[in-house]
Amino acid sequence: MDINVTTDKSGESLEGFHYDNKIVKAFLIATVVFGIVGMLAGLTASIQLFFPAANFNLPYTTFGRMRPLHTNAVIFAFVGNGMFAGIYYSLQRLSKAPMFSKTLSWLHFWGWQLIIVAAAITLPLGLTTSKEYAELEWPIDIAIALVWVIFTANLIGTLIKRRERHMYVAIWFYLATAVTIALLHIVNSLAIPVTLFKSYTLFAGVQDALVQWWYGHNAVAFFLTTPILGLMYYFLPKAANRPVYSYKLSIIHFWSLIFIYIWAGPHHLLYTALPDWAQSLGVAFSIMLLAPSWGGMLNGLLTLRGAWDRVREDPVLKFFVVAVTAYGMATFEGPMLSLKNVNAISHYTDWTVAHVHVGALGWNGFMIFGMLYYLIPKMWKTKLYSTKLANAHFWIATLGILFYALPMYWAGFTQSLMWKEFDTDGFLAYPNFLETVTQILPMYVMRTIGGTMYLIGTFVMVYNLIKTAGNGVFQEEEYAEAAALKKKVKITGGHWHAILERKPVLFTVLSFVAVLIGGVVEFVPTWIVDSNVPTISSVQPYTPLELEGRDIYIKEGCNNCHSQMIRPFRSETERYGEYTKAGELVYDHPHLFGSKRTGPDLQREGGKYPNSWHYNHMLDPSSMSPGSIMPAYPWLFDNDVDTELIEDKLAAMQTLGVPYSDKEIENATSTMLEQAELISQDLAEGGIEVSEAKEIVALIAYLQRLGTDIKVNR
Amino acid sequence: MIKNYLSDIEGVSIYPIISLSIFFIFFVLLAIFVFKSDKKYITHMENLPFGDSERKGSKA
Repeated sequence: MDINVTTDKSGESLEGFHYDNKIVKAFLIATVVFGIVGMLAGLTASIQLFFPAANFNLPYTTFGRMRPLHTNAVIFAFVGNGMFAGIYYSLQRLSKAPMFSKTLSWLHFWGWQLIIVAAAITLPLGLTTSKEYAELEWPIDIAIALVWVIFTANLIGTLIKRRERHMYVAIWFYLATAVTIALLHIVNSLAIPVTLFKSYTLFAGVQDALVQWWYGHNAVAFFLTTPILGLMYYFLPKAANRPVYSYKLSIIHFWSLIFIYIWAGPHHLLYTALPDWAQSLGVAFSIMLLAPSWGGMLNGLLTLRGAWDRVREDPVLKFFVVAVTAYGMATFEGPMLSLKNVNAISHYTDWTVAHVHVGALGWNGFMIFGMLYYLIPKMWKTKLYSTKLANAHFWIATLGILFYALPMYWAGFTQSLMWKEFDTDGFLAYPNFLETVTQILPMYVMRTIGGTMYLIGTFVMVYNLIKTAGNGVFQEEEYAEAAALKKKVKITGGHWHAILERKPVLFTVLSFVAVLIGGVVEFVPTWIVDSNVPTISSVQPYTPLELEGRDIYIKEGCNNCHSQMIRPFRSETERYGEYTKAGELVYDHPHLFGSKRTGPDLQREGGKYPNSWHYNHMLDPSSMSPGSIMPAYPWLFDNDVDTELIEDKLAAMQTLGVPYSDKEIENATSTMLEQAELISQDLAEGGIEVSEAKEIVALIAYLQRLGTDIKVNR
Repeated sequence: MIKNYLSDIEGVSIYPIISLSIFFIFFVLLAIFVFKSDKKYITHMENLPFGDSERKGSKA
């Protein structure tokens, strides 16, 4: 790097250096490309919910595999790359220094893209852990951890070499993101590998659910919120050309937000078998979260006070205003959904889907679009090709969000009310679950229209940005100069936070401590006290065939549409049977609670129907349930169960504490065949000829086992 | 026999109380320090996104 040294008026020597725009450009391109991929995956999945044949009759594109592909692509590829682009751009300028290491920057970039490609291959293949937003298998998890370390090292390295003594608020959010995501990812991904592409999580049942939602909720917090807030604190003032409304508020915003967010995870598990105290803790902190969230939102919006006239003209500000407003709506709704009485209605319905899409389409999407409209003209030293097209994008995407969200709210309320309605004789008004699904299908169609509008808007943006870039010349490196940071200058006193902002490493450690407190207090009681999950003597580990069936259930992503967690409401126990007990789940590595009921709960599915019903239902769901939107699974009737791995699988489970004896492991293959033959014979009696080696037989074994460990006389 | 309810851990209520206290104390201290902070420092900080050549000033 060439460093020119000049002297400014005060006699201080200035160092010249170059900001690296090339890495920002690379991340921006990846953002747009993977954004479109993620949206297309979502669109395909949404069409399948009213037109199941849109899975092309292929396992790879069926909803259970498409949905994780969609969520992972949007979160980690679209928002992830967008966040990195924004961080690499703003961090250099706020630090008055280029990135610490170009090699690390590019390792980060290519490493992240490889992970995305690996996800795009493995998820359609059904290689999944089933944990929401953490579906990727262990080798990819390790790669994520490594690339994340590279990113963090580059971030902290840049800060150490910075020329601006104080770290601006945006950087705090970046630092908190870096350390917390590392913590969340590592803890939630702890697993025992069986093969290169199959592992079992360390945690079981309720504990696994708690860890998963501590992760899941904080992935929203520290991947979709804190880094984007950092971008807001940089790009919004830049675009409005005025400082943030209140810097003091931003200090309070930051510390309260990261401290409180980490506690709120259990609100995803209200009324489940999770201990009550953990549920209450989650609720209390979720309500408190409203304060810092709205503090941040108001700080963003009020930055524009006195400049609202510019919002009319500047598409960048338009996108930012709707983004921050959507953030405000989602963060108001979040705490409300955490109230137990509201959650009783909203959970498992499309209300949650509406909620997350206000966040994803509104907050994340619009922040990134605004940033793209700001950065591309800036880095190509030109003007935006067409403000009209940008405005068109803005309106079509805003309407798209409304067309998406409103039908989903409607669908959520409708279905929940139908689930809970009793007739005058005290029976369920809609005992057939399917009735409550067909009722909301028009809403599913509307949602797809909304999503399509949003995607069309994105294409308009791509055209506009390509044209803009074509009109300008890309500035690969941008020259800047600043005085070197004086080493060993003793600055005593000053504001305590000012001292912290001079010390990036200390700051990082303190942020880490702030988030750690929440995690530790939440987990320690669950981990150290055995009696926290009372064991039930009649609960036995899965047989080898059932375990194999469970793995097929996971592979096909059944948990994306079916919960296995009956809440203690009369409307649920009437429909599904006895509510779920924590003690029933002690051998479930991983838990399969699910978070959305597109189909009915399956916790007590065992023994409800004969084997032949399941056989026919999996082959052609509409033959058993006319009008069903469940896809057919013909490949389960062609594929053979992989018997070679079963001993290793049982051994891995044994290591995790599932009480399989060595003899059981030794005889696993023969035990499996015996049980499969029984099912195949039973099917033969009903006139169905099927080889006992087929996957469908294992799946039937698992489905028939579900919830049968305890018998309740009602 | 089926246990219908998870019995509470002994004295588990202390956990949320500890956490709430930690946060409350932390928040009060934070608020006090923030409101006592130096105006010059705050002006410097909020202008950090703007380079020397760009706008540097107070809010309208």
